[in-house]
Amino acid sequence: MRRIRFLGLAAAALLTPLAAQAAEIEVTVTNLTGGIYFTPLLVAAHPAGSHLFQTGAAASTALQAMAEGGDIAGLEADVTAAGGQLVADPAGGILAPATSSGVAMLDTGATNTHLSITAMLLPTNDGFVGLDGWEIPTEPGTYTLTLNGYDAGTEANTELMNPGAGGAPGVAGIPGDPSGRAGSGGSGVVAASPNDAEPNVVHIHRGQLGDTDASGGLSDVDSRSHRWLNPVARVTVVVK
Amino acid sequence: MTIKTKWTWLAAAALPLLAACGGSGGSDDDPVEMHTLRVTVTNLTANQPMSPVLVSLHRGGEAWQAGTPASVALEQLAEGGDASALAAALAASGGIVDATGSAPVGPGGSDSFELSYPAAADATLTLATMLVNTNDAFAGLGGLPVGALAVGASERFVLAAWDAGTEDNSEAAGTIPGPADGGIGFDAARDDALDAVRVHAGVVSHDDGLAGSTLGSKFRFDNPVLRVTVERVQ
Repeated sequence: MRRIRFLGLAAAALLTPLAAQAAEIEVTVTNLTGGIYFTPLLVAAHPAGSHLFQTGAAASTALQAMAEGGDIAGLEADVTAAGGQLVADPAGGILAPATSSGVAMLDTGATNTHLSITAMLLPTNDGFVGLDGWEIPTEPGTYTLTLNGYDAGTEANTELMNPGAGGAPGVAGIPGDPSGRAGSGGSGVVAASPNDAEPNVVHIHRGQLGDTDASGGLSDVDSRSHRWLNPVARVTVVVK
Repeated sequence: MTIKTKWTWLAAAALPLLAACGGSGGSDDDPVEMHTLRVTVTNLTANQPMSPVLVSLHRGGEAWQAGTPASVALEQLAEGGDASALAAALAASGGIVDATGSAPVGPGGSDSFELSYPAAADATLTLATMLVNTNDAFAGLGGLPVGALAVGASERFVLAAWDAGTEDNSEAAGTIPGPADGGIGFDAARDDALDAVRVHAGVVSHDDGLAGSTLGSKFRFDNPVLRVTVERVQ
């Protein structure tokens, strides 16, 4: 199974039609938030029956690693095992608020008919932007989707920073804040354990509380910078 | 629901279009095919009146783009609810016909517009309105292609609120033009830390811990904030 990292125009020659039904697609992701960062994106075309996540279902360990720490290696392996194709990190790193990724080019082959996308939202405990199995149209054209913010349901939304360490699955806390506006010393919006303030399945994120106290209060995140309303991303898909 | 007839022809742009639609012979007797769009908006918020709505049909130009700085014309709409500069900018870049509501649209309220124009395959619709109890939130459609809509066909949208990125969301007294504050609308200074159009994160409010906010919790909103129906009636 081919793994395609970032492809520019020159790389188009690498793509060869696999079957009559194959479609070449170009995927661009725009971060629509004003203060939330996306960790490296995973863009995958895969068979209809496979999923990176499903609302109402418990997160896989691979999804948990992505949602809590931005690590997409496990999800990449899952896509590959399912016979899918993927582009890892089309943005070339973290995607800042109100910016767009590079173009992820995929050749769907005969069977990779569905598109999924994930990236962690920073700074959150286990929030992520997601697209679960959108059926790729066969009709050439440009399609626009908007994506919501999800909660993996695997970590309590303490809203407390734990730089670095918090990215490991099962370790409480937010691993980083590229905006630099998060504080410290909060007492926690909810207890870290047990994680009983939310269903332990993938669900729409309830958003963050935040506060304006950089050295105390309940939350380490900033209510002026680190809240969002859906949608959090726009996806443009060009079917060739 | 009121039908607004306050719309203006944009003569300079329309004249060449009339000529183009004249048919094969270019005879003076050839009828011009007219299309009519009915655009209906409904304010879905609890306590965010929306400024008089601009609807503009045009064949070029883009009123805003997510991730890029707002134009000054858009800033005037988003900070002060004044659509005139944005209407003029769209008119100047391929305008066909436009209209602006005669009054704000209150929470739960609706407004409706009918726009008649010589058929144009490349016509696009822009619609914009400010959520007036905010610093610089607005909602709208940016460049919806309508040239291929069949008679009787309609499209419905529920829209999220944008943040113009031109004014810090301080929510401070004196900075919000709507009835919640009665403050200043447009201010040319760009003091938002991120000068780019993006989805608005919502009102925080003093009830939710933002010291200095003049807004109570009732002015918070969630998406979607506006419903728009675009229907071709002729």
